[in-house]
Amino acid sequence: MPVKGQIASGPLLAVRDLTKLFGSFAACNTINLHIEPGEIHALLGENGAGKSTLVKMLFGVLAPTAGEISWMGDNVRITSPGDARKLGIAMVFQHFSLFEALTVAENIALSMDRSISLARVAEEAARLSRLYGLPLDPSAHVADLSVGERQRIEIVRALLQNPQLIILDEPTSVLTPQEADRLFETLLKLKAEGRSVLYISHRLEEVQRICDRATVLRHGKVTGACDPRAETPASLARMMVGNDVAVVTPEGTSTKGDVQLEARGLSVAARTPFAVSLKNVSLKVRAGEVLAIAGVAGNGQSELFDALSGEYPVTDDNAVQIRQRPVGAKNINARRLMGAGFVPEERHGHAAVSSLSLSDNLVLARNQSDKRAFLGGGFLKIIRQGAVKAAAKRISEAMDVRKSGEDPPAGSLSGGNLQKFIVGRELDRQPAVLVVNQPTWGVDAGAASRIRQALVDLAKAGSAVLVISQDLDEIFEVATEIAVISEGRLSDPYPARELSREKIGLLMGGMHGKMEGAGAAHAH
Amino acid sequence: MRIELEKRPKVSALYSILSPFIAFALTIVFGGIMFALLGKNPVAALYSFFVEPLSEVWSLHELAIKAAPLILIGVGLSVCFRSNNWNIGAEGQFIMGAIAGSIFPVVFYEWQSPLMLPLMLLLGMVGGALFAAIPAFLKAHMNTNEILTSLMLVYVAQLFLDWLVRGPWRNPQGMNFPETRSFGVDAILPEMLASGRTHWGFAFAILAALAVWFMMRYTLRGFEITVLGQSERAGRFAGFSSRKMIWFSMLFSGALAGLAGISEVSGAIQQLRPVISPGYGFTAIIVAFLGRLNPLGIIAAGLVLALTYLGGEAAQLSIGVSDKVTRVFQGLLLFFVLSCDTLIHYRIRLVRERFAALKTDEAH
Ligand SMILES: Nc1ncnc2c1ncn2[C@@H]1O[C@H](COP(=O)(O)OP(=O)(O)OP(=O)(O)O)[C@@H](O)[C@H]1O
Ligand SMILES: [Mg+2]
Repeated sequence: MPVKGQIASGPLLAVRDLTKLFGSFAACNTINLHIEPGEIHALLGENGAGKSTLVKMLFGVLAPTAGEISWMGDNVRITSPGDARKLGIAMVFQHFSLFEALTVAENIALSMDRSISLARVAEEAARLSRLYGLPLDPSAHVADLSVGERQRIEIVRALLQNPQLIILDEPTSVLTPQEADRLFETLLKLKAEGRSVLYISHRLEEVQRICDRATVLRHGKVTGACDPRAETPASLARMMVGNDVAVVTPEGTSTKGDVQLEARGLSVAARTPFAVSLKNVSLKVRAGEVLAIAGVAGNGQSELFDALSGEYPVTDDNAVQIRQRPVGAKNINARRLMGAGFVPEERHGHAAVSSLSLSDNLVLARNQSDKRAFLGGGFLKIIRQGAVKAAAKRISEAMDVRKSGEDPPAGSLSGGNLQKFIVGRELDRQPAVLVVNQPTWGVDAGAASRIRQALVDLAKAGSAVLVISQDLDEIFEVATEIAVISEGRLSDPYPARELSREKIGLLMGGMHGKMEGAGAAHAH
Repeated sequence: MRIELEKRPKVSALYSILSPFIAFALTIVFGGIMFALLGKNPVAALYSFFVEPLSEVWSLHELAIKAAPLILIGVGLSVCFRSNNWNIGAEGQFIMGAIAGSIFPVVFYEWQSPLMLPLMLLLGMVGGALFAAIPAFLKAHMNTNEILTSLMLVYVAQLFLDWLVRGPWRNPQGMNFPETRSFGVDAILPEMLASGRTHWGFAFAILAALAVWFMMRYTLRGFEITVLGQSERAGRFAGFSSRKMIWFSMLFSGALAGLAGISEVSGAIQQLRPVISPGYGFTAIIVAFLGRLNPLGIIAAGLVLALTYLGGEAAQLSIGVSDKVTRVFQGLLLFFVLSCDTLIHYRIRLVRERFAALKTDEAH
């Protein structure tokens, strides 16, 4: 792909005193930043630091309150994503902007020139996804894809614009290590082609690996710039958070108790043509244990979560057991009443409703389990706003949720802060069983360590915790037992101490052959 | 020069209140233009359309009589629309409610009892709800689009009523007119006030609006409606069932439409005729949106739309235009309400030229 002509010297993009106010709250405060041609520039900062807000202004999604942006030396006003694309800026959002009912190709075509036919878009997308190692089926419906797959659409869509600056807002938070590696190759290829990348991530190792320069934000202000390679992850984290990040201390002294959560030969047919079916999944989580399920996105993790949570109950009541009572056919609230708590992967529109306030989102998850505290008025079931608001406040304080206002809509929180609230919402109940899918997706180092520590502490206090995660670092930090999911099958669990990354990698890949043989034998 | 819509970072609280008023003002302006094009003096015409009906006691009673079904149906529809169920067939449920409620006064006309009226009202609600159960069943279990099914069922109801009053239910002493017996005294919904014709249907409407307002604002059921309307998946996570919500919202709005139907027949017409509604079920959709799907707003919107009915009748008499202007005004109003709602989410900007906006050439 040819790169549009550019001025030889001077930065590609420069930002001067850029400010964004939400009411009186400054999400970005007189930010100065410049990006050179052909560099990979990292934007670091804890949750709510203003990273997404800054790049949204660069992409024309938000209008700056004050300040200037210049592109190749010219002052520009970017008033819409269309303007930004014309200039040569592409963006992959932290929260996806895809139409679920449409196919991959249709979604891509929506952001393209109207004169290009759908077939050509599909072809081009397929070519790019091969070229950059981002496997995609152009005819798949977005609704049926996992978060990781959806992200690939966004990346391919950005690449199709042939941009000169690509902004990626936390692209790897949902990718597996292998997928991330491939993405880095893509980014280095883009860099070699003379393009620039603005890269937001909470994973400091990868920033060190691929980024040439880094700008650090705190509370909406630039607090430093550095060469990430000259730093350590710990020193970078300190720059972001302002103090040292606590190290998670796993493995309590608690002795393991009874089995609290169990799946027995759980099989679930795929609900949609693109979903994964679960095949004979068995697992046990005892009190005091953290079982982590590793695996590449789209291998049945969401389906397993749905079956364990009871959002989609199964017909065989015995297939899922909570505290040794069969619940397979029971719904999510019945399971909550038995002491279970659930944290789904997708924050917006699943774990939370963006337009509703935090307190309403508390009622969302706990309207049955806490009905004594939260509901009054007998059969009228009047929501006790006072009690709910107080509980929401308590959770926000316990989890250090940063927000603008007392009880703002969930959609106005930064991604990581909303996640802290959603996890805190369950921890606040001290559930006997907790099932979490991707607990720290897009959460900054400080908050992630806080969430992980909370999971470990919960287990230590005698609860059974099941963590589904793609992040091996996370898994090794919290797990006492590890199993691997692949194509809807779950491996045997191994004690975390006995496993290495290599062994998990082998399980992810090597397991298929062995298990498929076994599956075929059963089938006949 | 181009006009562009720019998405607001946050919904505008100001415009969500102002938008219905702007829409109403625009409707008046365009209505005036229409009267001018018809060769009438726009000020006088608008006066006789919108103001005259409010100047006398009897016409205020007419206003309340017309507003009652609009509010009652609109309140039910607000529950449907908020939960993302698009019941467009309230007109049919209104008619079926009227028919079901009329079984006793028409078929068992000799029966006299104070139980007659409560029974009629109850049957009216059941009739409306059962008719709404058809699109509800089709949506919940067959994944059918409820907009189409509920709309098409309106014609079924209209033709069924037409057949009834010309056939089996025709008044034997009625000289072959297509209408049923006049209802007996026990079957007539009494007047609410001594000063005029307004019947208890208006009280039902206000009570229903208050009850739904309370439900939406304070109760878990209202919360469930809001959540499922916003995100089915989040509703499922909360343990709410969107299938049950289809049933609840459709039956609820059907029952209120049916109650409106039997109240209208028993209170205002006092028999069944081939046509018993000037399109209340459809106009109530406008009422629901003009009232921002808020029951209290719907009371106000119901009165406004009732005025367009009265104004149409008045204008027909005093300035000699067709009563079709009622439909025109309702159409204008719906159109402007929906378009003004854009202002809540978007800002209007004038853009001079694409490139001028892109680059302010200071560097050169
Ligand atoms: N539309 C909005 N209205 C009000 N406040 C907002 C809005 N959008 C963002 N904010 C606030 O601005 C701050 C910065 O948010 P932003 O999304 O830029 O953070 P971030 O650095 O991207 O964090 P994260 O790493 O969690 O994604 C947060 O405190 C957030 O609550
Ligand atoms: Mg962000």
